[in-house]
Amino acid sequence: MSALLEVRDLTIRTGTGRALVTGLTFSVARGERLGLIGESGSGKSLTTLAVLGLLPDGMTASGSVVLDGTQIIGASEKTLAGVRGRGAAIVFQEPLTALDPLMRVGRQIAEPLRRRRGVTGAALRRAVAEALERVRLPDPARIARAFPHELSGGQRQRVALAMALACDPALLIADEPTTALDVTVQAEMLDLVDTLVRERDMAVAFVSHDLAVVARVTDRVLVMKDGHAVESGDVHEVVRAPREAYTKALVDSARQLESALDSFGGAQ
Amino acid sequence: MKRRSPTLWTGAVLAGLVVLLALVSLVWLPYDPADTSGGRLAGPGDGHLLGTDKLGRDLFTQLMTGSRIALEAGLGSVLIAALIGVTLGVLAAYAQGWFDDTLSALLDILIAFPTLLLAMLIVAARSATLGSAILAIGLAQSAVVARLTRILVKRVLAQDYITAARTSGTSWPRITAGHVLPNIWPTLVVNLALQFGLAVLAEAGLSYLGLGAPPPNASWGRMLQEAQATFTTAPAGALAPGVLLVLLVIGVNLIADGLRDVLDPTTRRGRAAA
Ligand SMILES: Nc1ncnc2c1ncn2[C@@H]1O[C@H](COP(=O)(O)OP(=O)(O)O)[C@@H](O)[C@H]1O
Ligand SMILES: [Mg+2]
Repeated sequence: MSALLEVRDLTIRTGTGRALVTGLTFSVARGERLGLIGESGSGKSLTTLAVLGLLPDGMTASGSVVLDGTQIIGASEKTLAGVRGRGAAIVFQEPLTALDPLMRVGRQIAEPLRRRRGVTGAALRRAVAEALERVRLPDPARIARAFPHELSGGQRQRVALAMALACDPALLIADEPTTALDVTVQAEMLDLVDTLVRERDMAVAFVSHDLAVVARVTDRVLVMKDGHAVESGDVHEVVRAPREAYTKALVDSARQLESALDSFGGAQ
Repeated sequence: MKRRSPTLWTGAVLAGLVVLLALVSLVWLPYDPADTSGGRLAGPGDGHLLGTDKLGRDLFTQLMTGSRIALEAGLGSVLIAALIGVTLGVLAAYAQGWFDDTLSALLDILIAFPTLLLAMLIVAARSATLGSAILAIGLAQSAVVARLTRILVKRVLAQDYITAARTSGTSWPRITAGHVLPNIWPTLVVNLALQFGLAVLAEAGLSYLGLGAPPPNASWGRMLQEAQATFTTAPAGALAPGVLLVLLVIGVNLIADGLRDVLDPTTRRGRAAA
């Protein structure tokens, strides 16, 4: 069986022709959990957007991106609308901007549910409540009626996760979903993502600049730097024996952070 | 959710005064607007609250019909500006490449084009009526509204929640109605309120120049013009429409200010975070 996501020689350029991502090749099998790591600005977010044909205005992608059997590059808006959501859905980094500030949370989750399952009315309301419960949000009825600004950052991020899961995607793309959260909330969110995708055999592309985070929830990692793939392989292999200097630096800084956190945690 | 805004209330009271005059004028006027039996340039009192003009018509009656014209001008222009401006602005924001460029260039030209010149062209093509004045003002303002709308929509479209909606395959019409319009609405409403005040002033200006509603319709601008020659001997004829004009425009601007505080989602959010 072919891979769920097959990216070959992906290059992303700005309108002026500057290459932001160059010759990137990787794949994600069904149910596989891939980590995408690299420092800020290395092109991780653009790569995930290109997977769904959602690059910002003026940017162009070349190469090949096949998601769930559909070629994304050069596809019509209609084809894209068909594969988005079903093929892959994204959870974004910033929980404040990922939700419409003026729309009640319930309605925002209802939209993909309605589209994906064709339910309406009371059945739709029930589905919304279930979706909120699934991401461990307490009192789903109250949360559904709330506006984003009435929720905490962690709660908002769970809502965003619920929205992405409501699409029932074959691939969940999580673009630094924990970076903007407090450390404790971060750990809960990671566990939640981990549990939910394992439960449904969903594939994950987990993006982070933090190797320690990626190592917890993925099997394989792809290390990026300046729009290039630097190294890839089994996550534990890479952490134990990084081949590239850049990866080594990432591992070291993750270690330092870890030990700093440990000594800090011991003092608490 | 709702917050009381003193600015909004003050504005509503000031503008409400003019609205009240206009509403009453629909069912009752002290004199027939064409009634010249009052004697020329009579002073205030003596059956005429504000006196009469140089043809002997009751000033207060003219002031009342004038307030209706002022409000019609404001509403009509803003309606045209909103309909054309928001539609063009949304289209330009969605469009990419040459359509967006062409439209932006056209809007810049239209904005630079003097309203007065536009009004004279329209009056030449049609005739000097209130409708012509409203059309000219509305068209000129739709360019301003379109440019603002385009910027606002572009800003909303760059937000993650739009990408998230597209991720789940939501169609453009649904995204526009569900996410884009509600999010640009607060800023847009404030701007339209400001445009309302500007339209009232513009109509008075056009009428002053004889490019607005023809006699015997008493636009405040025409009242000002007619009273100009006799201002030193009978100041009420110029003062009264001038004062109402200022009251209405200040009132509407205060409403716009108040709406900004009440509707602005960022201050609402800021409050919740505080
Ligand atoms: N809309 C844009 N226009 C121009 N350059 C952009 C845009 N978005 C991102 N970039 C650039 O592309 C590079 C990769 O960005 P991104 O994929 O967001 O990095 P990451 O997610 O790894 O932090 C960065 O150098 C960034 O400055
Ligand atoms: Mg990023």
